[in-house]
Amino acid sequence: MMTTLPERRRRAVITGIGVVAPNGIGTDAWWSATTSGTSGINRISRFDPSRYATQFAGEVDGFDALDYISRRLMMQTDRWTWMGLAAANMAFDDAAFRPDDYDPYSMSVITASSSGGNEFGQVEIQKLWSKGANHVGAYQSIAWFYAATTGQISIQHGIKGASGVVVTEGAGGIDALAHGRRAVFRGIDAVVSGGVEAPIGPYALTCQMATGRLSSVADETAYRPFDERASGYVPGEGGAILLVENLESAIRRGAPTIYGEILGYGATHDGHHPWAPPPDASQLARAIKLALRDARIEPEDLDVVFADGAASRAWDDLEAQALHEALGDHAAAVPVSVPKSMTGRLYAGGASLDVASALLAMRHGVIPPTVHADRPIPGCGLDIVRDVSRSADVRTALVLARGYGGFNSALVLRRISTPDITNDAHLEAR
Amino acid sequence: MRRTAITGVGVVAPGGVTRDAFWAALVAGRSATRRITFFDPSEFRSQIAAECDFDPIAAGLSELEVRRMDRYVQFAVAAAIEAVADSAIELGTEDRERIGVALGSAVGGTTLLESDYVAVSDGGRDWLVDPDLASPHIYQALVPSALASEVSVRFGAQGPSVVVSTGCTSGIDAIGFGHQMIQDGEADVVISGASESGISPISMACFDPIRATSANNDEAESASRPFDLKRDGFVMGEGGAVLVLEELERARARGAHVYCEISGYAGRGNAFHMTGLKPDGLEMSEAIMDAMRQGDLEPADIDYVNAHGSGTRQNDVHETAAIKRALGEHAYRIPVSSIKSMVGHSLGGIGAIEMAACALAIEHGVAPPTANLTHADPQCDLDYTPRVARRLPIDVALSTGSGFGGFQSAMILARDDLRKAA
Repeated sequence: MMTTLPERRRRAVITGIGVVAPNGIGTDAWWSATTSGTSGINRISRFDPSRYATQFAGEVDGFDALDYISRRLMMQTDRWTWMGLAAANMAFDDAAFRPDDYDPYSMSVITASSSGGNEFGQVEIQKLWSKGANHVGAYQSIAWFYAATTGQISIQHGIKGASGVVVTEGAGGIDALAHGRRAVFRGIDAVVSGGVEAPIGPYALTCQMATGRLSSVADETAYRPFDERASGYVPGEGGAILLVENLESAIRRGAPTIYGEILGYGATHDGHHPWAPPPDASQLARAIKLALRDARIEPEDLDVVFADGAASRAWDDLEAQALHEALGDHAAAVPVSVPKSMTGRLYAGGASLDVASALLAMRHGVIPPTVHADRPIPGCGLDIVRDVSRSADVRTALVLARGYGGFNSALVLRRISTPDITNDAHLEAR
Repeated sequence: MRRTAITGVGVVAPGGVTRDAFWAALVAGRSATRRITFFDPSEFRSQIAAECDFDPIAAGLSELEVRRMDRYVQFAVAAAIEAVADSAIELGTEDRERIGVALGSAVGGTTLLESDYVAVSDGGRDWLVDPDLASPHIYQALVPSALASEVSVRFGAQGPSVVVSTGCTSGIDAIGFGHQMIQDGEADVVISGASESGISPISMACFDPIRATSANNDEAESASRPFDLKRDGFVMGEGGAVLVLEELERARARGAHVYCEISGYAGRGNAFHMTGLKPDGLEMSEAIMDAMRQGDLEPADIDYVNAHGSGTRQNDVHETAAIKRALGEHAYRIPVSSIKSMVGHSLGGIGAIEMAACALAIEHGVAPPTANLTHADPQCDLDYTPRVARRLPIDVALSTGSGFGGFQSAMILARDDLRKAA
């Protein structure tokens, strides 16, 4: 059955980037580390991990919430929300966008979350069971739930347009941005979007270990996507919050940087099993094909792929198959990278950080590397950018993300060059 | 623009764990709130809730599914089984790639997260927990995308799948998300709704200190009193509902029974406070007016308002103001009611249960009542359909939602034959 594509007079572009990542706080520090192959994966330091099989993770060292928010707000929120508020502030600054200057109903907040305010929740559940019901604090009801970060960003910045929270595990960062684009198509001018995650607490780590997908290797090479020694992934915290704007309003207000356009999106579900790998890569491949079709481009137009990179043989094989199925001969030619090998998997924060990587790769002409993956799985037929970053003219990028339980999402981004935006034709339907 | 029909309804609610039983209980004005039976609530300020007497096996789940699924996921699967059967869609011949899933939940697997935590932390004494004691499916409790995943797997649905978690508006917002997926051509059928099973010690404990829940423990059955002068907070509930959303022309072409269509959906944020509401109802009224505009509707077209009506002092005043601001004088002429008076407030699940109630209200031409409304509040001066259901033709029903985080949502359902074909 044919899909009827929605009418598009408006175009969704990204004009601001805010990053809180294990290998750098702030876009400049993070990008510099990422392009130089500097990993943020270390032995867990926020608690003693000795009794856990997984002891390495991507923690954001040196993150001080008070650099971004008041002590009062800090007490009312989880570390996950601190990072979301910090990254949102950075995105606004980067975009030179002051929410106070605009109609509050013309702006939205749409973020992804996977584990919510899990550490705050652990503290309160601990109090309840060890001390009693009247020891549970007044802020549990607003700090723990998955909507806390969207709600707090909306309140802090006076944003009143339709907001949202999506949960599709690791695919969430893409799904949130795609829903943000949908909001732009429906008339919203600016959307604070993306995701962050803070899953490195004792109980949240225990929950993650139950999947059997985490690496137990006890050094910083634990996460080796597409490598024959792949032993699972390493979890990490942080992510990226981006400012998505309607292109016309971004130009009108004189946005200093238009990083690129959200050109295409495709999402599918394996519909197969609540955790086991699907029998084939057809649904991930279909997500890619849908995104290309939505973007009205051909596989050959892609200059880079940021892969999901689960770092398990079964899942890595499936992803390689999906790329071959969707991109044909171009799959072997296009550079593929997994910079999350330097941060760990950030769940809801991972895909939006990869989108930030894609946008900066376009801007700076450099593809960040996949680290610790110097023994590619035999026969995968992909050009993995290994160890060191690679110079390349990147005009169009594909970002892939999968969520535990069968979610597949793909996003196509395209650089917007100055001639494009000085020509009035950009405002017409493509 | 593609239009969204509702062609199937499934419900698991307190007092009625099937669509028909739920509707019968609503029309009878029967309250399902009671003293909590799931655990000993004695040490909590609020000790009452609306619990579901739910048998997952009777609802069609397998033993295996029951073992691995959290209770809120079971509710959604049960409601989806009923809704898909109601829609008479033959999954065997459908293009599964065109079937999406959009489900909501506010707190997801909290109940399992809490009970497992007690086990792994030695009763809350050990901050560094023992991972060996965790249950094998605990990750699905941490990350509520399991809700959408399980439903996609159950029906082999390979279209886009998503969980929407916007707190207490999750139900409306998830159905709104499904509606937009159909409008935008991402799917032709969406299994959409919401579910919650948050009646657990930590959930009760977290609402106690802010006095959001009712402490009228001695009158459990009548404690949920939306719009009543003596209301003292919401009564926790649980449950879920699932609707089959279907592109309207396709639904008509296959001769489906169309309950109604989604005529408009809008959300706003109050950007004010995580829990507090201003009495003017401004942002909710903006959402209502946006939803009306999408369906080319005037206030006079609205026949019934299914209110959020949580029964907190603040909400009911806020919402009354919002309805009046959006509908003007017409607000006084139509029945408004809150079914939370009977089924409690199931956080992220209730919005979908209320949309199911709206679809059934249009179908049967009956506005369900607000139970327990016996003392008029001068600040709440609309016709809240006290205690007794009312028979009237309902072509257009409005439902509203409001939640922590400042979320305000509105959805309008309308008979699909009101509008000429696009």
